[in-house]
Amino acid sequence: MKILVCISNVPDTTTKITFTDNNTQFNTNGVQFILNPYDEIALARAIELTEGGKGTVTVINVGEVNTEATIRKALAIGADDAVRVNAKPHDAWFVASQVAQYARQNAFDLILTGRESIDYNGSKVAGMLGELLDIPSVSIIKKLDIDGDKGTVEREIEGGKEVLVIPLPFIAGTAEGVAEPKIPNMRGIMSARTKPLNVIEAVEVKILSEITGYETPAPRGQVKLVSADESAKLIGLLHTEARVI
Amino acid sequence: MPVLIYTENAEGKFKKSIFEAVSYARAIADQTNTSLVAISIGDVNADQLSALGKYGADKVLNVSNAKLKNFVNQAYASVIAAAAKKENASIVVLSNSFSGRGLAPRIGVKLEAGVADGAVSLPEISGDKFSVKKTAFSGKAFATVELTSANKVIALTPNSYKVVEKAAAGSVEDFTVENKESDFKAMIKEIVRSTDKVSLPDAEIVVSGGRGLKGPENWGMIEELADLLGAATACSKPVSDAGWRPHSEHVGQTGIAVSPNLYIAIGISGAIQHLAGVSSSKVIVVINKDPEAPFFKVADYGIVGDAFEVVPQLIAAVKEYKASA
Repeated sequence: MKILVCISNVPDTTTKITFTDNNTQFNTNGVQFILNPYDEIALARAIELTEGGKGTVTVINVGEVNTEATIRKALAIGADDAVRVNAKPHDAWFVASQVAQYARQNAFDLILTGRESIDYNGSKVAGMLGELLDIPSVSIIKKLDIDGDKGTVEREIEGGKEVLVIPLPFIAGTAEGVAEPKIPNMRGIMSARTKPLNVIEAVEVKILSEITGYETPAPRGQVKLVSADESAKLIGLLHTEARVI
Repeated sequence: MPVLIYTENAEGKFKKSIFEAVSYARAIADQTNTSLVAISIGDVNADQLSALGKYGADKVLNVSNAKLKNFVNQAYASVIAAAAKKENASIVVLSNSFSGRGLAPRIGVKLEAGVADGAVSLPEISGDKFSVKKTAFSGKAFATVELTSANKVIALTPNSYKVVEKAAAGSVEDFTVENKESDFKAMIKEIVRSTDKVSLPDAEIVVSGGRGLKGPENWGMIEELADLLGAATACSKPVSDAGWRPHSEHVGQTGIAVSPNLYIAIGISGAIQHLAGVSSSKVIVVINKDPEAPFFKVADYGIVGDAFEVVPQLIAAVKEYKASA
Protein backbone atom coordinates (compact mmCIF):
# COMPACT_ATOMS: atom_id res chain seq x y z
CA MET A 1 0.00 0.00 0.00
CA LYS A 2 1.30 3.43 -0.95
CA ILE A 3 0.30 6.24 1.38
CA LEU A 4 0.82 9.94 0.80
CA VAL A 5 0.78 12.18 3.87
CA CYS A 6 0.43 15.93 3.37
CA ILE A 7 2.35 17.89 5.99
CA SER A 8 2.57 21.55 6.85
CA ASN A 9 5.07 23.63 8.70
CA VAL A 10 3.32 25.71 11.37
CA PRO A 11 4.17 27.93 14.35
CA ASP A 12 4.65 25.97 17.57
CA THR A 13 1.47 25.74 19.68
CA THR A 14 3.00 27.93 22.41
CA THR A 15 3.66 30.81 19.99
CA LYS A 16 2.30 34.22 20.86
CA ILE A 17 0.88 35.41 17.56
CA THR A 18 1.83 38.94 16.45
CA PHE A 19 1.82 40.78 13.14
CA THR A 20 3.97 43.35 11.35
CA ASP A 21 3.68 45.77 8.43
CA ASN A 22 0.47 47.36 9.63
CA ASN A 23 -1.03 43.97 10.52
CA THR A 24 -0.59 42.53 7.05
CA GLN A 25 2.19 40.02 7.77
CA PHE A 26 2.53 37.29 10.37
CA ASN A 27 5.58 38.07 12.51
CA THR A 28 7.81 34.99 12.21
CA ASN A 29 10.60 36.62 14.17
CA GLY A 30 11.70 34.24 16.93
CA VAL A 31 8.91 31.79 16.09
CA GLN A 32 9.71 28.09 16.27
CA PHE A 33 8.09 26.11 13.45
CA ILE A 34 6.93 22.55 13.91
CA LEU A 35 5.25 19.72 12.04
CA ASN A 36 1.51 20.45 12.27
CA PRO A 37 0.23 18.37 15.24
CA TYR A 38 -2.68 16.86 13.27
CA ASP A 39 -0.29 15.88 10.47
CA GLU A 40 1.82 14.07 13.08
CA ILE A 41 -1.24 11.95 13.79
CA ALA A 42 -1.71 11.25 10.06
CA LEU A 43 1.93 10.31 9.72
CA ALA A 44 1.86 8.05 12.78
CA ARG A 45 -1.17 6.18 11.44
CA ALA A 46 0.37 5.87 7.97
CA ILE A 47 3.49 4.33 9.52
CA GLU A 48 1.40 1.89 11.57
CA LEU A 49 -0.57 0.84 8.50
CA THR A 50 2.55 0.10 6.46
CA GLU A 51 4.70 -1.46 9.18
CA GLY A 52 6.37 -4.79 8.46
CA GLY A 53 6.88 -4.23 4.75
CA LYS A 54 3.18 -3.68 4.03
CA GLY A 55 3.79 -0.48 2.13
CA THR A 56 5.50 2.86 1.92
CA VAL A 57 4.82 6.34 3.27
CA THR A 58 5.68 9.45 1.27
CA VAL A 59 5.30 12.88 2.84
CA ILE A 60 4.63 15.93 0.73
CA ASN A 61 4.97 19.56 1.73
CA VAL A 62 4.37 22.73 -0.22
CA GLY A 63 6.91 25.18 1.08
CA GLU A 64 10.11 27.03 0.59
CA VAL A 65 13.50 25.66 1.60
CA ASN A 66 13.03 26.67 5.26
CA THR A 67 10.44 23.87 5.73
CA GLU A 68 13.05 21.17 5.20
CA ALA A 69 13.78 20.81 8.93
CA THR A 70 10.14 19.85 9.43
CA ILE A 71 10.25 17.48 6.45
CA ARG A 72 13.39 15.80 7.87
CA LYS A 73 11.54 15.40 11.16
CA ALA A 74 8.79 13.52 9.31
CA LEU A 75 11.44 11.30 7.73
CA ALA A 76 12.99 10.74 11.15
CA ILE A 77 9.61 9.72 12.54
CA GLY A 78 9.44 7.05 9.85
CA ALA A 79 8.30 8.29 6.42
CA ASP A 80 10.19 6.53 3.62
CA ASP A 81 10.68 9.48 1.34
CA ALA A 82 9.62 13.09 0.95
CA VAL A 83 8.66 15.59 -1.69
CA ARG A 84 8.82 19.34 -1.33
CA VAL A 85 6.95 21.45 -3.85
CA ASN A 86 9.11 24.52 -3.97
CA ALA A 87 6.63 27.36 -3.47
CA LYS A 88 5.03 29.51 -0.82
CA PRO A 89 1.78 27.78 0.23
CA HIS A 90 -0.46 30.62 -0.96
CA ASP A 91 -3.75 29.08 0.21
CA ALA A 92 -5.48 25.71 0.49
CA TRP A 93 -6.48 25.78 -3.18
CA PHE A 94 -2.87 26.35 -4.22
CA VAL A 95 -1.60 23.57 -1.95
CA ALA A 96 -4.30 21.10 -2.99
CA SER A 97 -3.59 21.81 -6.66
CA GLN A 98 0.13 21.03 -6.16
CA VAL A 99 -0.52 17.84 -4.23
CA ALA A 100 -3.13 16.73 -6.78
CA GLN A 101 -0.61 17.18 -9.57
CA TYR A 102 1.90 14.99 -7.75
CA ALA A 103 -0.73 12.41 -6.79
CA ARG A 104 -1.88 12.08 -10.41
CA GLN A 105 1.63 11.17 -11.48
CA ASN A 106 2.24 8.75 -8.59
CA ALA A 107 -0.75 6.55 -7.81
CA PHE A 108 -1.45 6.36 -4.07
CA ASP A 109 -3.89 4.04 -2.30
CA LEU A 110 -4.52 6.46 0.52
CA ILE A 111 -3.87 10.14 1.09
CA LEU A 112 -3.90 11.57 4.60
CA THR A 113 -3.85 15.14 5.85
CA GLY A 114 -4.27 16.52 9.34
CA ARG A 115 -7.87 17.65 10.02
CA GLU A 116 -6.59 21.22 9.72
CA SER A 117 -3.36 23.14 10.05
CA ILE A 118 -3.11 25.08 13.28
CA ASP A 119 -2.27 28.33 11.47
CA TYR A 120 -5.23 28.89 9.15
CA ASN A 121 -7.52 26.12 10.42
CA GLY A 122 -9.19 25.71 7.05
CA SER A 123 -9.73 21.91 6.85
CA LYS A 124 -9.85 22.45 3.11
CA VAL A 125 -6.96 20.58 1.50
CA ALA A 126 -8.51 17.11 1.98
CA GLY A 127 -11.83 18.07 0.36
CA MET A 128 -10.23 20.02 -2.45
CA LEU A 129 -7.88 17.12 -3.22
CA GLY A 130 -10.80 14.73 -3.21
CA GLU A 131 -12.59 16.88 -5.73
CA LEU A 132 -9.51 17.42 -7.90
CA LEU A 133 -8.78 13.68 -7.98
CA ASP A 134 -12.49 12.75 -8.08
CA ILE A 135 -12.22 10.37 -5.14
CA PRO A 136 -13.99 10.32 -1.76
CA SER A 137 -12.79 12.55 1.07
CA VAL A 138 -13.67 12.63 4.76
CA SER A 139 -12.78 15.79 6.56
CA ILE A 140 -12.41 15.02 10.24
CA ILE A 141 -11.86 11.43 11.34
CA LYS A 142 -11.20 9.89 14.73
CA LYS A 143 -10.43 6.33 13.64
CA LEU A 144 -9.00 4.72 10.52
CA ASP A 145 -8.58 1.06 9.63
CA ILE A 146 -7.73 -0.49 6.29
CA ASP A 147 -8.89 -3.96 5.33
CA GLY A 148 -7.89 -5.13 1.87
CA ASP A 149 -9.12 -2.62 -0.68
CA LYS A 150 -11.31 -0.59 1.62
CA GLY A 151 -11.05 1.56 4.68
CA THR A 152 -13.31 2.04 7.68
CA VAL A 153 -13.31 5.50 9.21
CA GLU A 154 -15.12 7.14 12.08
CA ARG A 155 -16.12 10.68 11.26
CA GLU A 156 -16.92 13.24 13.91
CA ILE A 157 -20.39 14.81 13.73
CA GLU A 158 -22.03 17.24 16.14
CA GLY A 159 -22.84 15.21 19.23
CA GLY A 160 -21.86 11.86 17.81
CA LYS A 161 -20.04 9.91 15.16
CA GLU A 162 -20.60 8.30 11.82
CA VAL A 163 -18.88 5.13 10.60
CA LEU A 164 -18.13 4.97 6.88
CA VAL A 165 -16.71 2.24 4.65
CA ILE A 166 -14.85 3.67 1.69
CA PRO A 167 -13.05 1.88 -1.15
CA LEU A 168 -9.43 2.86 -1.73
CA PRO A 169 -8.19 5.27 -2.86
CA PHE A 170 -9.60 8.02 -0.67
CA ILE A 171 -8.51 11.01 1.36
CA ALA A 172 -8.99 11.57 5.05
CA GLY A 173 -8.18 14.38 7.49
CA THR A 174 -7.05 12.91 10.80
CA ALA A 175 -7.85 14.19 14.27
CA GLU A 176 -7.00 13.01 17.76
CA GLY A 177 -7.83 9.35 18.33
CA VAL A 178 -6.54 8.07 14.97
CA ALA A 179 -3.04 7.40 16.35
CA GLU A 180 -0.61 8.59 18.97
CA PRO A 181 2.09 10.83 17.50
CA LYS A 182 5.46 9.11 17.26
CA ILE A 183 8.69 10.52 18.62
CA PRO A 184 11.70 9.94 16.36
CA ASN A 185 14.40 7.67 17.80
CA MET A 186 18.12 8.03 17.21
CA ARG A 187 18.16 5.54 14.35
CA GLY A 188 15.32 7.41 12.70
CA ILE A 189 17.12 10.72 13.04
CA MET A 190 20.31 9.27 11.54
CA SER A 191 18.53 7.59 8.64
CA ALA A 192 16.43 10.70 7.90
CA ARG A 193 19.54 12.42 6.59
CA THR A 194 19.95 9.94 3.79
CA LYS A 195 16.30 9.34 2.88
CA PRO A 196 15.25 10.91 -0.43
CA LEU A 197 13.82 14.42 -0.28
CA ASN A 198 12.90 15.39 -3.80
CA VAL A 199 12.27 19.01 -4.63
CA ILE A 200 9.85 19.67 -7.48
CA GLU A 201 8.63 22.88 -9.02
CA ALA A 202 5.10 24.14 -8.55
CA VAL A 203 2.46 24.16 -11.26
CA GLU A 204 0.71 27.41 -12.03
CA VAL A 205 -2.57 27.93 -10.25
CA LYS A 206 -5.25 30.57 -10.68
CA ILE A 207 -5.41 32.74 -7.55
CA LEU A 208 -8.86 32.65 -5.94
CA SER A 209 -8.19 34.20 -2.55
CA GLU A 210 -5.71 36.38 -0.75
CA ILE A 211 -5.04 37.16 2.92
CA THR A 212 -5.05 40.93 3.24
CA GLY A 213 -4.77 41.53 6.96
CA TYR A 214 -4.85 40.23 10.48
CA GLU A 215 -6.10 41.27 13.86
CA THR A 216 -5.86 39.89 17.36
CA PRO A 217 -8.95 39.44 19.54
CA ALA A 218 -9.97 42.55 21.49
CA PRO A 219 -8.56 42.41 25.02
CA ARG A 220 -11.09 41.74 27.74
CA GLY A 221 -11.62 44.15 30.58
CA GLN A 222 -10.44 43.52 34.12
CA VAL A 223 -11.73 40.27 35.59
CA LYS A 224 -14.49 40.74 38.14
CA LEU A 225 -13.77 38.53 41.11
CA VAL A 226 -16.44 36.95 43.27
CA SER A 227 -15.40 35.65 46.69
CA ALA A 228 -15.39 31.84 46.99
CA ASP A 229 -17.69 32.03 50.02
CA GLU A 230 -20.25 33.86 47.95
CA SER A 231 -20.01 31.75 44.80
CA ALA A 232 -23.77 31.83 44.41
CA LYS A 233 -23.53 35.55 43.57
CA LEU A 234 -21.83 34.62 40.31
CA ILE A 235 -25.04 33.09 38.99
CA GLY A 236 -26.87 36.36 39.67
CA LEU A 237 -24.18 38.34 37.82
CA LEU A 238 -24.31 36.01 34.84
CA HIS A 239 -28.05 36.47 34.71
CA THR A 240 -28.53 40.17 35.36
CA GLU A 241 -25.22 41.72 34.28
CA ALA A 242 -23.69 39.48 31.60
CA ARG A 243 -27.14 38.22 30.52
CA VAL A 244 -25.84 34.87 29.37
CA ILE A 245 -28.06 32.60 31.48
CA MET B 1 -27.69 36.20 -9.24
CA PRO B 2 -29.13 35.01 -5.92
CA VAL B 3 -27.19 33.84 -2.88
CA LEU B 4 -27.49 30.10 -2.21
CA ILE B 5 -27.56 28.82 1.37
CA TYR B 6 -27.19 25.12 2.14
CA THR B 7 -29.33 24.28 5.17
CA GLU B 8 -27.90 21.16 6.73
CA ASN B 9 -30.29 19.12 8.84
CA ALA B 10 -29.68 16.73 11.71
CA GLU B 11 -32.24 13.92 11.66
CA GLY B 12 -34.74 16.06 9.78
CA LYS B 13 -34.36 19.16 11.94
CA PHE B 14 -32.52 22.42 11.45
CA LYS B 15 -30.39 23.59 14.32
CA LYS B 16 -29.89 27.14 15.52
CA SER B 17 -26.56 27.36 13.70
CA ILE B 18 -28.47 26.88 10.44
CA PHE B 19 -30.89 29.71 11.22
CA GLU B 20 -27.82 31.84 11.94
CA ALA B 21 -26.36 30.88 8.56
CA VAL B 22 -29.67 31.65 6.78
CA SER B 23 -29.86 35.05 8.50
CA TYR B 24 -26.24 35.70 7.53
CA ALA B 25 -26.85 34.68 3.92
CA ARG B 26 -29.96 36.92 3.87
CA ALA B 27 -27.79 39.85 4.96
CA ILE B 28 -25.35 39.12 2.11
CA ALA B 29 -28.28 38.95 -0.32
CA ASP B 30 -29.39 42.37 0.97
CA GLN B 31 -25.84 43.73 0.66
CA THR B 32 -25.77 42.63 -2.97
CA ASN B 33 -29.42 43.47 -3.77
CA THR B 34 -30.43 39.98 -4.65
CA SER B 35 -32.62 37.16 -3.42
CA LEU B 36 -31.82 34.20 -1.19
CA VAL B 37 -32.36 30.60 -2.24
CA ALA B 38 -32.00 27.81 0.32
CA ILE B 39 -31.24 24.21 -0.52
CA SER B 40 -32.13 21.36 1.81
CA ILE B 41 -31.02 17.79 1.17
CA GLY B 42 -32.55 14.78 2.93
CA ASP B 43 -35.82 14.15 4.74
CA VAL B 44 -37.13 17.41 6.12
CA ASN B 45 -40.86 18.04 6.46
CA ALA B 46 -42.67 20.83 4.62
CA ASP B 47 -43.28 22.93 7.75
CA GLN B 48 -39.60 22.99 8.59
CA LEU B 49 -38.75 23.90 5.00
CA SER B 50 -41.18 26.78 4.67
CA ALA B 51 -40.09 28.05 8.11
CA LEU B 52 -36.75 28.90 6.50
CA GLY B 53 -38.60 31.83 4.96
CA LYS B 54 -38.85 33.32 8.43
CA TYR B 55 -35.08 33.74 8.43
CA GLY B 56 -34.99 35.27 4.99
CA ALA B 57 -35.06 32.52 2.37
CA ASP B 58 -37.17 33.62 -0.62
CA LYS B 59 -37.23 30.15 -2.08
CA VAL B 60 -36.34 26.71 -0.76
CA LEU B 61 -35.12 23.92 -3.02
CA ASN B 62 -35.97 20.56 -1.51
CA VAL B 63 -33.84 17.62 -2.57
CA SER B 64 -35.34 14.47 -1.18
CA ASN B 65 -34.45 11.07 -2.51
CA ALA B 66 -33.49 7.80 -0.87
CA LYS B 67 -29.88 7.87 -2.01
CA LEU B 68 -29.34 11.29 -0.50
CA LYS B 69 -31.04 10.58 2.80
CA ASN B 70 -27.75 10.63 4.70
CA PHE B 71 -24.87 13.01 4.23
CA VAL B 72 -22.26 11.86 1.73
CA ASN B 73 -19.94 14.70 1.16
CA GLN B 74 -19.16 14.01 -2.52
CA ALA B 75 -22.79 13.59 -3.55
CA TYR B 76 -24.04 16.55 -1.52
CA ALA B 77 -21.32 18.78 -2.97
CA SER B 78 -22.45 17.80 -6.48
CA VAL B 79 -26.07 18.63 -5.67
CA ILE B 80 -25.25 22.00 -4.12
CA ALA B 81 -22.93 22.97 -6.99
CA ALA B 82 -25.61 21.92 -9.49
CA ALA B 83 -28.17 24.07 -7.67
CA ALA B 84 -25.78 27.03 -7.69
CA LYS B 85 -25.35 26.65 -11.44
CA LYS B 86 -29.05 26.24 -12.11
CA GLU B 87 -29.97 29.25 -9.98
CA ASN B 88 -27.05 31.21 -11.37
CA ALA B 89 -25.89 31.83 -7.79
CA SER B 90 -22.32 33.03 -7.47
CA ILE B 91 -22.24 33.00 -3.65
CA VAL B 92 -22.76 29.83 -1.67
CA VAL B 93 -23.08 30.02 2.12
CA LEU B 94 -23.05 27.13 4.55
CA SER B 95 -22.37 26.45 8.22
CA ASN B 96 -18.78 25.66 9.20
CA SER B 97 -20.00 22.49 10.91
CA PHE B 98 -18.17 19.16 10.71
CA SER B 99 -20.09 18.33 7.53
CA GLY B 100 -19.77 21.89 6.22
CA ARG B 101 -16.01 21.60 6.50
CA GLY B 102 -16.12 18.58 4.23
CA LEU B 103 -18.45 20.22 1.75
CA ALA B 104 -17.10 23.75 1.37
CA PRO B 105 -13.78 22.78 -0.25
CA ARG B 106 -15.44 20.37 -2.69
CA ILE B 107 -18.04 22.96 -3.71
CA GLY B 108 -15.23 25.50 -4.01
CA VAL B 109 -13.37 23.35 -6.53
CA LYS B 110 -16.53 22.54 -8.51
CA LEU B 111 -17.36 26.23 -8.86
CA GLU B 112 -13.75 27.41 -9.08
CA ALA B 113 -14.58 29.57 -6.11
CA GLY B 114 -12.41 31.04 -3.39
CA VAL B 115 -13.46 29.57 -0.06
CA ALA B 116 -13.66 31.52 3.21
CA ASP B 117 -14.06 28.98 6.00
CA GLY B 118 -14.70 29.91 9.62
CA ALA B 119 -16.22 33.31 8.76
CA VAL B 120 -17.16 35.37 11.82
CA SER B 121 -18.72 38.47 10.28
CA LEU B 122 -20.37 39.80 7.14
CA PRO B 123 -18.10 40.39 4.15
CA GLU B 124 -16.93 43.82 3.19
CA ILE B 125 -17.77 44.15 -0.46
CA SER B 126 -15.77 46.16 -2.91
CA GLY B 127 -16.78 45.61 -6.51
CA ASP B 128 -16.54 41.89 -7.15
CA LYS B 129 -14.25 41.26 -4.16
CA PHE B 130 -15.42 40.05 -0.76
CA SER B 131 -13.26 40.54 2.33
CA VAL B 132 -14.25 38.06 4.99
CA LYS B 133 -12.97 37.97 8.55
CA LYS B 134 -12.22 34.46 9.74
CA THR B 135 -10.62 32.80 12.74
CA ALA B 136 -6.93 31.97 12.36
CA PHE B 137 -4.10 30.56 14.43
CA SER B 138 -6.65 28.39 16.21
CA GLY B 139 -8.42 31.35 17.77
CA LYS B 140 -5.33 33.39 18.64
CA ALA B 141 -6.11 35.83 15.82
CA PHE B 142 -8.40 36.70 12.94
CA ALA B 143 -7.39 36.90 9.30
CA THR B 144 -9.13 38.82 6.54
CA VAL B 145 -9.48 36.70 3.42
CA GLU B 146 -10.21 38.47 0.19
CA LEU B 147 -12.12 36.30 -2.23
CA THR B 148 -11.10 37.49 -5.66
CA SER B 149 -12.83 34.77 -7.70
CA ALA B 150 -16.17 35.38 -9.43
CA ASN B 151 -17.80 32.56 -7.45
CA LYS B 152 -17.45 32.47 -3.68
CA VAL B 153 -18.05 29.98 -0.91
CA ILE B 154 -18.40 31.17 2.70
CA ALA B 155 -18.68 28.84 5.70
CA LEU B 156 -19.99 30.62 8.80
CA THR B 157 -18.68 29.78 12.29
CA PRO B 158 -21.60 28.72 14.52
CA ASN B 159 -22.67 31.24 17.17
CA SER B 160 -20.97 34.18 15.48
CA TYR B 161 -24.00 35.75 13.75
CA LYS B 162 -27.36 36.51 15.34
CA VAL B 163 -30.54 34.86 14.13
CA VAL B 164 -32.77 37.48 12.50
CA GLU B 165 -36.45 36.65 12.06
CA LYS B 166 -38.65 38.20 9.43
CA ALA B 167 -42.35 37.82 8.87
CA ALA B 168 -42.22 35.97 5.59
CA ALA B 169 -42.66 32.49 4.23
CA GLY B 170 -40.47 31.00 1.56
CA SER B 171 -41.90 28.98 -1.29
CA VAL B 172 -40.73 25.38 -1.44
CA GLU B 173 -40.04 23.53 -4.66
CA ASP B 174 -38.59 20.13 -5.40
CA PHE B 175 -35.20 19.98 -6.97
CA THR B 176 -33.63 16.91 -8.52
CA VAL B 177 -30.10 16.26 -9.65
CA GLU B 178 -28.70 13.21 -11.39
CA ASN B 179 -25.66 12.29 -9.33
CA LYS B 180 -22.93 10.28 -10.97
CA GLU B 181 -22.31 6.80 -9.56
CA SER B 182 -18.83 7.71 -8.29
CA ASP B 183 -20.41 10.22 -5.90
CA PHE B 184 -21.60 7.34 -3.75
CA LYS B 185 -18.39 5.38 -3.17
CA ALA B 186 -18.35 6.17 0.54
CA MET B 187 -21.01 4.11 2.32
CA ILE B 188 -22.39 4.97 5.73
CA LYS B 189 -22.38 1.95 8.00
CA GLU B 190 -23.56 3.47 11.23
CA ILE B 191 -24.58 6.81 12.73
CA VAL B 192 -24.38 7.25 16.49
CA ARG B 193 -25.87 10.38 18.03
CA SER B 194 -26.09 11.02 21.73
CA THR B 195 -29.27 13.06 21.63
CA ASP B 196 -29.49 13.52 25.38
CA LYS B 197 -26.45 15.80 25.43
CA VAL B 198 -25.84 19.24 24.00
CA SER B 199 -23.16 18.98 21.32
CA LEU B 200 -20.06 20.99 22.04
CA PRO B 201 -19.72 22.91 18.75
CA ASP B 202 -23.38 24.04 18.91
CA ALA B 203 -23.47 24.84 22.61
CA GLU B 204 -24.32 28.33 23.83
CA ILE B 205 -22.92 27.49 27.25
CA VAL B 206 -19.91 25.26 27.90
CA VAL B 207 -18.77 23.92 31.27
CA SER B 208 -15.20 22.76 31.04
CA GLY B 209 -12.97 20.94 33.50
CA GLY B 210 -9.21 20.61 33.82
CA ARG B 211 -6.60 18.74 35.80
CA GLY B 212 -7.65 20.63 38.91
CA LEU B 213 -10.55 18.20 39.16
CA LYS B 214 -8.06 15.47 40.08
CA GLY B 215 -9.73 12.54 38.35
CA PRO B 216 -12.54 11.36 36.04
CA GLU B 217 -14.62 10.29 39.04
CA ASN B 218 -15.10 13.97 39.90
CA TRP B 219 -16.89 14.89 36.67
CA GLY B 220 -20.29 14.27 38.18
CA MET B 221 -20.57 17.86 39.41
CA ILE B 222 -19.37 19.22 36.05
CA GLU B 223 -22.08 17.24 34.28
CA GLU B 224 -24.69 18.27 36.81
CA LEU B 225 -23.87 21.96 36.42
CA ALA B 226 -23.85 21.57 32.63
CA ASP B 227 -27.22 19.79 32.63
CA LEU B 228 -28.78 22.50 34.77
CA LEU B 229 -27.50 25.22 32.44
CA GLY B 230 -28.33 23.33 29.23
CA ALA B 231 -24.61 23.38 28.54
CA ALA B 232 -22.15 21.06 26.85
CA THR B 233 -19.22 19.63 28.77
CA ALA B 234 -15.63 20.10 27.66
CA CYS B 235 -12.13 19.61 28.97
CA SER B 236 -8.50 20.64 28.63
CA LYS B 237 -5.86 18.66 26.71
CA PRO B 238 -4.18 16.99 29.72
CA VAL B 239 -7.59 15.65 30.73
CA SER B 240 -8.36 14.04 27.36
CA ASP B 241 -4.74 12.87 27.02
CA ALA B 242 -5.08 11.11 30.36
CA GLY B 243 -8.23 9.44 29.10
CA TRP B 244 -10.44 11.02 31.76
CA ARG B 245 -12.71 12.41 29.05
CA PRO B 246 -13.13 11.66 25.31
CA HIS B 247 -11.01 13.52 22.74
CA SER B 248 -14.18 15.02 21.27
CA GLU B 249 -14.44 17.17 24.43
CA HIS B 250 -10.93 18.59 24.14
CA VAL B 251 -11.08 22.33 23.61
CA GLY B 252 -7.94 24.19 22.59
CA GLN B 253 -5.45 24.71 19.85
CA THR B 254 -5.20 21.05 18.87
CA GLY B 255 -8.72 20.18 19.91
CA ILE B 256 -11.79 22.12 18.90
CA ALA B 257 -12.33 25.85 19.01
CA VAL B 258 -15.61 26.96 20.55
CA SER B 259 -17.39 30.31 20.61
CA PRO B 260 -20.21 29.97 23.14
CA ASN B 261 -21.95 32.84 24.91
CA LEU B 262 -20.59 31.55 28.20
CA TYR B 263 -17.52 29.43 28.87
CA ILE B 264 -17.01 28.25 32.44
CA ALA B 265 -13.49 26.92 33.08
CA ILE B 266 -13.09 24.91 36.24
CA GLY B 267 -9.66 23.82 37.42
CA ILE B 268 -7.99 24.84 34.16
CA SER B 269 -4.89 27.01 34.50
CA GLY B 270 -5.18 28.54 31.02
CA ALA B 271 -2.18 27.47 28.95
CA ILE B 272 -1.87 29.50 25.76
CA GLN B 273 -2.99 26.47 23.70
CA HIS B 274 -6.21 26.19 25.68
CA LEU B 275 -6.91 29.92 25.57
CA ALA B 276 -6.64 29.82 21.78
CA GLY B 277 -9.64 27.53 21.57
CA VAL B 278 -11.90 29.64 23.79
CA SER B 279 -10.91 33.21 23.01
CA SER B 280 -14.02 33.91 20.93
CA SER B 281 -16.32 33.01 23.82
CA LYS B 282 -18.47 36.01 24.68
CA VAL B 283 -18.19 35.68 28.46
CA ILE B 284 -15.53 33.64 30.26
CA VAL B 285 -15.78 32.52 33.88
CA VAL B 286 -12.74 31.02 35.57
CA ILE B 287 -12.76 29.03 38.78
CA ASN B 288 -9.30 28.13 40.00
CA LYS B 289 -7.66 27.91 43.39
CA ASP B 290 -4.46 29.49 42.08
CA PRO B 291 -4.93 33.28 41.92
CA GLU B 292 -1.92 33.44 39.58
CA ALA B 293 -3.52 31.11 37.02
CA PRO B 294 -3.08 32.81 33.60
CA PHE B 295 -6.72 32.12 32.75
CA PHE B 296 -7.81 34.94 35.09
CA LYS B 297 -6.12 37.44 32.75
CA VAL B 298 -8.59 36.70 29.96
CA ALA B 299 -11.63 36.06 32.16
CA ASP B 300 -14.65 38.31 32.62
CA TYR B 301 -15.61 36.76 35.97
CA GLY B 302 -13.50 34.75 38.33
CA ILE B 303 -13.63 32.89 41.60
CA VAL B 304 -10.39 32.08 43.37
CA GLY B 305 -11.29 28.95 45.24
CA ASP B 306 -11.41 25.19 45.41
CA ALA B 307 -13.63 23.72 42.70
CA PHE B 308 -14.92 21.11 45.14
CA GLU B 309 -16.34 23.87 47.33
CA VAL B 310 -17.32 26.37 44.65
CA VAL B 311 -19.09 24.13 42.11
CA PRO B 312 -21.62 22.66 44.58
CA GLN B 313 -22.50 26.24 45.60
CA LEU B 314 -23.02 27.14 41.95
CA ILE B 315 -25.20 24.09 41.41
CA ALA B 316 -27.36 25.07 44.39
CA ALA B 317 -27.58 28.66 43.14
CA VAL B 318 -28.61 27.61 39.61
CA LYS B 319 -31.29 25.33 41.06
CA GLU B 320 -32.58 28.19 43.15
CA TYR B 321 -32.51 30.58 40.22
CA LYS B 322 -34.35 28.10 38.01
CA ALA B 323 -36.96 27.47 40.68
CA SER B 324 -37.66 31.20 40.97
CA ALA B 325 -37.59 31.91 37.22
